[in-house]
Amino acid sequence: MRYLDDFRDPEISRQLIEAIRQTVTRPWVIMEICGGQTHSIVRNGLDQILPSEIELVHGPGCPVCVTPLAYIDAAIDIATRPGVLFTSYGDMLRVPGSRGSLLTARSEGADIRMVYSPLEALELARENPDKAVVFFSVGFETTAPNGAMAAIQAEREQLDNFSLLVSHVLVPPAIKALLGAPSNRVQGYLLAGHVCAITGWSDYRRIADDFGIPMVVTGFEPVDLLRGILSCVSQLEKGEAHVTNEYARAVREQGNLIARTTVQQVFEVVDRHWRGIGMIANSGLRLRRPYHRFDALRQFDIDVTPVTESGVCISGEILQGLKKPFQCLAFGAQCTPQTPLGATMVSSEGACAAYYAYSQRLNDRKLS
Amino acid sequence: MIDFDSASVQLGHGSGGRLSHQLISELFIRVFSDGHPDPLDDAARLTTRANRLVFSTDSFVVDPVFFPGGNIGDLAINGTVNDLLTSGGTPLAISAAFILEEGFPFRDLKTIVETMKKAADVASVRIVTGDTKVVERGKADKIFITTTGVAEVDHDYAIDCSQIRPGDAIIVTGTVADHGMAILASREGLSLEATIASDTASLGRVVHRLLAAAGDSVHAMRDPTRGGVAAALNELAESSSVGIELIEAAIPIRPPVAGACEILGIDPLLVANEGKMLVAVAPDVTEAALAAIKADPLGSEAAVIGHAHASHPGRLTIRTPLGAGRILDMPLSDPLPRIC
Repeated sequence: MRYLDDFRDPEISRQLIEAIRQTVTRPWVIMEICGGQTHSIVRNGLDQILPSEIELVHGPGCPVCVTPLAYIDAAIDIATRPGVLFTSYGDMLRVPGSRGSLLTARSEGADIRMVYSPLEALELARENPDKAVVFFSVGFETTAPNGAMAAIQAEREQLDNFSLLVSHVLVPPAIKALLGAPSNRVQGYLLAGHVCAITGWSDYRRIADDFGIPMVVTGFEPVDLLRGILSCVSQLEKGEAHVTNEYARAVREQGNLIARTTVQQVFEVVDRHWRGIGMIANSGLRLRRPYHRFDALRQFDIDVTPVTESGVCISGEILQGLKKPFQCLAFGAQCTPQTPLGATMVSSEGACAAYYAYSQRLNDRKLS
Repeated sequence: MIDFDSASVQLGHGSGGRLSHQLISELFIRVFSDGHPDPLDDAARLTTRANRLVFSTDSFVVDPVFFPGGNIGDLAINGTVNDLLTSGGTPLAISAAFILEEGFPFRDLKTIVETMKKAADVASVRIVTGDTKVVERGKADKIFITTTGVAEVDHDYAIDCSQIRPGDAIIVTGTVADHGMAILASREGLSLEATIASDTASLGRVVHRLLAAAGDSVHAMRDPTRGGVAAALNELAESSSVGIELIEAAIPIRPPVAGACEILGIDPLLVANEGKMLVAVAPDVTEAALAAIKADPLGSEAAVIGHAHASHPGRLTIRTPLGAGRILDMPLSDPLPRIC
């Protein structure tokens, strides 16, 4: 833990905040793309101690949040069928679909297990040859290699009782969609460090050039985030728009080649619906033809058509950085982590959930 | 004679007949009774000179039954003893009720029962009565234990969850999150470099040292079990109508536990403890109280982690190392690990 402590050092953090203060001369809107970063910013209170000129808006990088309702419904549908052993990452379990969550399905008798990796799901498939073992493969470029590896391994072992319910999404198309929207306010980006650890950052050069916007590969600890913000603000103040890497201890320009090749081998890029945002071209992954036998949607013959969401919820605008959770009438009232109305309250990484958990600033709930 | 090496529990061992009798006499009485009379009576007779008693009950269903640092037997005794201690009382006697799943190995049951006896001896409390039921395979998970305890209160201090006053210091008697992370790590088969052991322990000595040093300046005590420090302090803040502010950097946590929490994306303040006490004391005795707790081996890592104040009654907040403040809410339910 000493290693991480260095990146949480209050003294270094204070120096960085001072450097940001020295650099900034006017207001800037910066989006951190990743829900893990939102979580860390709010948890550490960075939004409270940064100079007031800097407005951080929270991006759509929360895989649980943006997984379409139709996929949650499909997951529950599959999990409640006889003979199915359904596996998922922990925080997908609580996400409500149209009717209940995976956790409520489990309490009603479905065999649903939390796993930390699809390799555990593969192990369950080996141990339970009479069960159909399904893994809910969700997340960004960070978790896609795990899903891909599981498909390859299942193929190798001819594990016919294993399948993947795939709902992976990709970051660059989402950033392009946000930047291209007429309502866009974001002037600089903190790129998700762990996504870039897999993909590298060359894809983002094009976006930075096309939109004239600085993008900084950023980590998750306070010192990482402040370095990212400082680099972004310095570029903004100088009118520059490069991709820079402030998370060099984890990220190389080319990313992780083995992981990228594995993903390419197993998945192909498709248009994908994002919960709270809508359809984004070329923003999702699905299994390639040779792996169709491991596609849970095919095995269980399920159609995922988009489902209508609550009308009160403004999570779409929050995910696009247009509004803050406090600006929602339902926030903290009808909409809480126990009774989420929309995407950004469902996962602990969602902006609304992070605000609810950490920064319902005292007496500030009614702030509009 | 029960074959404790290879036999397992049958439905008949809870039937009230000869097999039940055999289990009770060859295991429970032999281990628990300490040569006291009338151990087979359905009710135990207790005598006390105290005019105040405290009374508490708790059920234990932990999975896995055996974990690094202890087993369900330790928890069943220490948990109820610590609940009794929150009033500053002296535990007197405990009952133990077992629900066993058919097929549970006698070897494991014997280990658990002997562990309970050991824990009871450490806490100077007697296990005086009990009950055993056996249910069919699949109707319970191996073994469930309910313990109920009674303690004498021989002081006049008003120590309860409504007594915290603005200005009080909040002390934790040691590192947080050890038990919950030990269970999670062993349940999930996490292979970490360092083993995380449960902190299960009864805190009678620590509490009595504290009372001797700080007396009626001790205002409230709470053992932060499920829901962790966050749930316990939220409850205390609400019951006492005070705000409580924690200093994040002051909260003691073992590095491997912090590491496991990092890996799994879990907040250690929401994780269960089984051998720690949260204590609210008047500000003028803070140092004396802390020194008294630290004088005991079970309290050597104690720390002042925050204080109560008059603003925002019922709210628990935490000051981050960077000096920002945020609310620490009551956890929704068990913490679930995040994807990334």
